[in-house]
Amino acid sequence: MERSQMYRQLANMRKALFDQGFLDEQFVQLEELQDDANPNFVEEIVTLFYRDSTRLIHNIEQALEKNPLDFTKLDSYMHQFKGSTTSIGAKKVTNECTQFREYCKAGNGEGCKRTFEQLKKEYALLKKKLEAYFQLARQIGPVESACRPK
Amino acid sequence: MTIDRSFDEPNDQFPVGMRVLAVDDDPICLKLLETLLRKCQYHVTTTSQAIMALKLLRENKNNFDLVISDVHMPDMDGFKLLELVGLEMDLPVIMLSAYGDTKLVMKGISHGACDYLLKPVRIEQLKNIWQHVVRRKKTDSKDQNNSDKPCHETEGGQAVTGTGDSDQNGKLNRKKKDQKDDENEDRGDGGHKNEDQSTQKRTRVVWTVDLHRKFVAAVNQLGIDKAVPKRVLDMMNVEKLTRENVASHLQKYRLYLKRISVVANHQANIIKASAGADSPYLRMGYLNGLGNVPCMVGSAQFQNADVRSLSSSGMLGRLNTPVGLGMRGLSSSGMVQLGHADNLSEPINNQNKFHQVILPGNQNGNILQGMPMPFEFDQLQHKNVVDHIGDLSSANNGSMVFPISSGLSDGSMNGNSSRNSFLGTPHNPVMLQGQPQGIKRDELRGNQSFVTVASSNREYSSLLPNFRRCIDGWPTVQSSEIQSNSFKSSDCFKQDTPNYLIERKSSIAMDTGNKSNDNSSIAAVPAGFPVLRTDLQSQAAPRQRSNAEKNMNHTEKQGWDENKANPSHGPNLMCSSMSSNNMIGQQNLVDSSTMQHNEVEQSALGTTANPKQGNLINQRKPQDGYSFDDVGSLEDLVTAMMKQEEDMSNIREGDWVYI
Repeated sequence: MERSQMYRQLANMRKALFDQGFLDEQFVQLEELQDDANPNFVEEIVTLFYRDSTRLIHNIEQALEKNPLDFTKLDSYMHQFKGSTTSIGAKKVTNECTQFREYCKAGNGEGCKRTFEQLKKEYALLKKKLEAYFQLARQIGPVESACRPK
Repeated sequence: MTIDRSFDEPNDQFPVGMRVLAVDDDPICLKLLETLLRKCQYHVTTTSQAIMALKLLRENKNNFDLVISDVHMPDMDGFKLLELVGLEMDLPVIMLSAYGDTKLVMKGISHGACDYLLKPVRIEQLKNIWQHVVRRKKTDSKDQNNSDKPCHETEGGQAVTGTGDSDQNGKLNRKKKDQKDDENEDRGDGGHKNEDQSTQKRTRVVWTVDLHRKFVAAVNQLGIDKAVPKRVLDMMNVEKLTRENVASHLQKYRLYLKRISVVANHQANIIKASAGADSPYLRMGYLNGLGNVPCMVGSAQFQNADVRSLSSSGMLGRLNTPVGLGMRGLSSSGMVQLGHADNLSEPINNQNKFHQVILPGNQNGNILQGMPMPFEFDQLQHKNVVDHIGDLSSANNGSMVFPISSGLSDGSMNGNSSRNSFLGTPHNPVMLQGQPQGIKRDELRGNQSFVTVASSNREYSSLLPNFRRCIDGWPTVQSSEIQSNSFKSSDCFKQDTPNYLIERKSSIAMDTGNKSNDNSSIAAVPAGFPVLRTDLQSQAAPRQRSNAEKNMNHTEKQGWDENKANPSHGPNLMCSSMSSNNMIGQQNLVDSSTMQHNEVEQSALGTTANPKQGNLINQRKPQDGYSFDDVGSLEDLVTAMMKQEEDMSNIREGDWVYI
């Protein structure tokens, strides 16, 4: 595929992610931080996110299996998780986190579980999309999507 | 004209190159923050652990200009870290969190944060954080300048600095207005403690135990509500101390008092709950010989009634005897642990151990000795204290035999015992700030509450050895004396005093009270120990008062009087110490978490404690290292303690542990 085509495709992918609400403004911030000194910053951070959050997700899952539910703990885990998702700009996932927190506060175990399932879906979906995105970006070369290929 | 070094250091191109320490357990946020900060051209150091952050800061305060910390961290509460940094290093701290509830932000402000940012952080926000550094430095400079000028003595007097330093009023007002901005003022206060006026650097006044005692004494004499910086300064009559220094310290002190009163109440409840069983013990022992036990058992754990008795020297003693030294009793009863469910921050628990240990057998023992003063471990974990305690705890593992020896048998107690180990190392390292002793904070964290009153040395390090000695001495002493009341212990004290009471250099010791919600328990604050106990006493005092006071009355009075010649001291001492301890400890230590408790206690404590504190503190002062020479102090302590009975509950909060 021609580079410019790839580039265009990448731009489209990116736009779709924003339009569909997967990513928000924060992601743009990450992109802005990427420069010559940090050429793969965005990808690095996203990778770090997925690696670290796996642990958190696992913790939450375990906590959700307990009976009775410890909402404080759940809230605490979610707090951490939310911190991460907002930092990378994962909008939909963050929304689910907020929803989850609401249920925790209300002591609604069922609501929490439901929301968590939803959250996992969004999380997985975003991961797939971002992976495709970064893969394409890498193909294009060191020049980031923000730069026009020569 | 003061030299404003802030701009010159570390980089002339300030804010470029400003050194920031970023703390966040979330690796993603941390990395992001680091990158953002680098983009702003700051020099960044990151760590995911609060403990490590403190370590880095302690290694060299001048390595950093600003600290940014997450609120929610697994190893330490962000607010606690905030307070510690503010107290120990007086650096501006910015809080960071994914949640921006008003309550949280408020908490941040009250703990002294300069600013509160929400995640995700935007680079625009970070671009302006250097202002906090500048502001603080300016404030410090101004303080220096101001000290030379006649300033209002009133609370609002600190107009010079413009920051909220001047008395709490200003600060409080400001806080209400603008949470974030006000933080600076709070921070600025810390910077006022500048003794080095010549350089105008951000030199901080280290509020050593001694100094703090003087301060509390002065404040008590004037009356907590009427104490104005200028008057306090005059009364203290310390060279190189500026009005601004006093003002900012006063502000903090008031906050502390408030906190501990809240916590004290809370703790009192806890203690009551747990005290049940121990009370009989506590009562007996403590009052007896302990009189001096100013053990401020910071851990306030004194479970209310029981604790009280414990607190005062009696506690220690009591513990020993009935409980088999109670230590256990203490812990449970609250001597040390006020059952502090809340944060008592580990240290308190440890403290308890200390207390207990000490008391064994020594009824007279200075309960105070072990008193981990301000239980405000959390917050103020003064490094020293913490460290010290750590040592103690490690040594005895709780059985720290605090030199409570004082309580222990009069003569036999050998100086050590009387010293009462004030081990109360502040749970929070903060407490003992300034103590060179290397109490490892980390270790102590758990133990912190003990403020070991190092005898003779101000240094904590010395404390430890003392304790050990004490411990050794205990066994002997205990059996012999347990005496009770007679303030024989006071005699003992006279003899040696101790080391235990060694004043803590850092005034922070006071924190003990606060730290842990627990009880700052001034636990045995047997008045006898002029030493630091003030905090302990105050702390413990409230609780122990009832018990301790009885015993202590005799001794304390003497002791205190001797020590200080403050007439009011006598009973006041106890009270004051307790209160002061609480307050002090509270202020510093007040852990955010504990705050809640503290609040309750503080209020309670605050009321009673205030006046008293001054006394106790005064007493201590005379001795530099808290030599227990003044047995009388024990008596005073006792009396004070008695008075402070009610305070005790309040004091729970980090009693000030003077070590």
